[in-house]
Amino acid sequence: MTHVVVDPVTRIEGHLRIEAEVDGGAVQDAWSSSTMFRGIEIILKGRDPRDAWAFTQRICGVCTTVHAIASIRAVENAIGAEPPPNARLLRNLIMASQMVQDHVVHFYHLHALDWVDIVSALSADPGATASLAQSISDWPLSSERYFAGVAERVKGFVERGQLGPFGNAYWGHPAYRLPPEANLMAVAHYLEALDWQREFIKIHAYLGGKNPHLQSFLVGGQATPLDLNQQASINITTIAAMQQLIAKAKNFVEKVYIPDLLAVASFYKDWAGYGSGVGNYLVYGEFPDGDGPDAPLFLPSGVIRNQDLSTVEPFDPDKVTEYVTHSWYDYDAGNDQGLHPFDGETNPNYTGPQPPYDRLDTDGAYSWLKSPRYDGLAMEVGPLSRMLVAYASGHERVQELVGFALGQLGVGPEALFSTLGRVAARGIETLVLAEKLDGWLSELADNMGRGDLAICDNSKWDPSTWPKECTGAGFHEAPRGALGHWVHIKDGEIARYQCVVPSTWNAGPRDAMGQPGPYEAALIGNPVENPEQPLEILRTVHSFDPCMACGVHVLDPRGRELVKVRVQ
Amino acid sequence: MAESRNWFLEELERRGVSRRDFLGFCGVMTSVLALPKSVGAQIAEAIENKEKPTLVWLEFQDCAGNSESFLRAGRPNVADIILDVLSVDYHETIMAAAGHQAEEALAKVVEEKAGAYIVVVEGSIPTGANGVYCTIGGKAAIDIAREVCGGAAATIAIGTCAAFGGLPAAAPNPTGALSVADAVPGLKNLINLPACPANVENLVGLVVYYLTFNRFPALDKYRRPLFAYGKSIHDNCERRAHFDAGQYVEDWGDEGHRIGYCLYKKGCKGPVTFQNCPNIGWNENTNWPIGCGHPCIGCAEPDFWDKMTPFYSHLPSFPGFGLHSNVDKVGILATAGVAAAFAAHGFVQLGKRYMHGKQVEAAVEPAAAEPSKQSAPEEKGDQS
Repeated sequence: MTHVVVDPVTRIEGHLRIEAEVDGGAVQDAWSSSTMFRGIEIILKGRDPRDAWAFTQRICGVCTTVHAIASIRAVENAIGAEPPPNARLLRNLIMASQMVQDHVVHFYHLHALDWVDIVSALSADPGATASLAQSISDWPLSSERYFAGVAERVKGFVERGQLGPFGNAYWGHPAYRLPPEANLMAVAHYLEALDWQREFIKIHAYLGGKNPHLQSFLVGGQATPLDLNQQASINITTIAAMQQLIAKAKNFVEKVYIPDLLAVASFYKDWAGYGSGVGNYLVYGEFPDGDGPDAPLFLPSGVIRNQDLSTVEPFDPDKVTEYVTHSWYDYDAGNDQGLHPFDGETNPNYTGPQPPYDRLDTDGAYSWLKSPRYDGLAMEVGPLSRMLVAYASGHERVQELVGFALGQLGVGPEALFSTLGRVAARGIETLVLAEKLDGWLSELADNMGRGDLAICDNSKWDPSTWPKECTGAGFHEAPRGALGHWVHIKDGEIARYQCVVPSTWNAGPRDAMGQPGPYEAALIGNPVENPEQPLEILRTVHSFDPCMACGVHVLDPRGRELVKVRVQ
Repeated sequence: MAESRNWFLEELERRGVSRRDFLGFCGVMTSVLALPKSVGAQIAEAIENKEKPTLVWLEFQDCAGNSESFLRAGRPNVADIILDVLSVDYHETIMAAAGHQAEEALAKVVEEKAGAYIVVVEGSIPTGANGVYCTIGGKAAIDIAREVCGGAAATIAIGTCAAFGGLPAAAPNPTGALSVADAVPGLKNLINLPACPANVENLVGLVVYYLTFNRFPALDKYRRPLFAYGKSIHDNCERRAHFDAGQYVEDWGDEGHRIGYCLYKKGCKGPVTFQNCPNIGWNENTNWPIGCGHPCIGCAEPDFWDKMTPFYSHLPSFPGFGLHSNVDKVGILATAGVAAAFAAHGFVQLGKRYMHGKQVEAAVEPAAAEPSKQSAPEEKGDQS
């Protein structure tokens, strides 16, 4: 039995540590630990609820819109503000473009190097690479000369011995299985995607002033004025510019991302047999296609248990609880119970080893993440969950694309419950949303053309119009999955604030019943050819797209001092 | 040196960048750096001749927002070449290696390039509870920072968290979070590039300055480069004329908002925030926060999470200011009033301060700038 530690897990947001027992070339047991804590919810106490979005937004700069959205929704829900239809459309555009950009960046810049060997690309024949690329897509940048240029550039890197961010990696590992030409094609698109993401995200500059950390959110609406004829508003020029960005994004997803995804996946079909995880899937649903609380959602909410696609249960917010049995926190009434976010308490109590340390005590508490559970069960959240719930709920476009992807790879639906399924679901979701963006933009333009320029419910802006005391919840589907914020407002100030975050659902530790979290469960049975170079562990962990800074949070409803940390 | 010149020019060619484009870029950089245009040629010469310096990028209590900002570098396209001119040997968000192989890459730089590498730090450094609030590879962030920054030629604290403590250090600072300057005192060549996140063009500007002149630029009292933080947002704001004319946004989406009136009454902190957003914009100058209709939140200033909040409460009023004032007088007096308020407190403190979990009422309006009831704006915001 070999004890493997991966810390830092790189190509993620935040600080994640994985420990695993490896025996017989496979993971026997695994532990996921978050090693950073800030206490943002404590910082929020006593502040103006209209400011909360800016604070929570800084939970994460990668998914830089998601906590702002969940926060304004929670406060709006509490005070009874009703954002006008244009605010819904502006938010749909912001959220969906975030998801499209984030998923492409994840595939190429955070995940690809687990499957693609850059050094192998050096021995590729540019002509054969061009033939390969042309056989899977009519993307114009697929000439022999183009790939020869990319190969030269990579060669320059390697020959100078200054590999920069590509240094000291697992190049040459036997688990890399792509032929040199496929590697070269992927490396070329890695570089193209760097340019693409920078260009596409300008849509957030139009809709939010800047990216990262857009600055146009308001409790009750959005701050971007709308007027076809005004320079200082979203006008006909900026709408045309956004249309063009959306068209280019869709083109890139269709002609580069999806073909690359299917090409790479075809060499790694065995990964449809690893990484299934907990088999329960939770989705809050997203993208209201109408106004009011009962508006239909473009991607539906729901719960699937035990990989059973025949039944989608409705989501019930009351069934969400969090455990701290293996987290560095204490509950007053004992650490074996689960608490609902509205009743949540968090008293940090670090019982881990004192740094510098080699190993965590995985029998005790071992993470700054709590363990969220739904109806007592660990749930996976994210693109796979969303695509499964949409598929099982009869979403036509999702069904069509899932069928297409499975057909191309020659695998059955059971392949979805895996590391590879997670990767494929993210790509399918990206395409579905890239196709949808233009419709929301057109709807916005139509409203403006009709003279509907409202962007905010100003009737609830002044705190004197709010109830003396109120509570609210805001739900959102972030790129990495189901996100909820719960807020309690008293006398116009935040009395308590709680976030339950996608990476907490996925990366959390074991609960009181000993049930592992989704990362931990997904790693069991994962192959590890060389424990010194646990490339395969990265594959499964990265398939979830970890976002650790998001995952760690804390609430202190009774205003306790927070510095009583014991180090043992 | 001849070898590295060849390499660089080849690199440009490989990427389809003509020498003309490159010189054009150098010209733009002189603007960002507020240098005479004639320096452009000097910058070009210097960059072409430089060896590839090593850079390591550390993340502590961060959100990776500055790393994401770094990935947005691109105006003009050759800018990412400038970043490639650096050998980025450690950056957790993008590097291929993981685990102990990643740690080895960092250790190698610290050992082999001692005194010669540049370190960028993103995120604050927690000092509470023996450093358990942020560990990487089992080591406390503070220990990593001491070792890596201590051996560097220069340290760039990027973003407000690394520069000033930022969000984790906001009251009541649950984890004892500190800026790099406070956590590792006595560092030589420490430069702060605050803002939430920092604008990548200012990082590029700083690097170009260093490669060109082999020293770092002039700094203000907060160790921020003057070329980027020398003037207030307000002084360069495209909406300044509306401020001077007393034309303000009253309600979100009203006619004034659509026309682009001043956001002062909606809480804009532009008058007390020093950064070049209005000049260089964001995302290759596509837009900036005030350009999209939202007030500045003061994110480049120390303690802005405590001192600039509530974000939607306006700065203190001052004599001669307001809708009923003589338009001719407003601009001059208003500017004087803001300057007086700024001088009196360093910052204008709004609403409540949060100290160690206790809320303390703080001065809302500096005495020096006490408004008369008659001349104050009718709407006083939501200060409680």
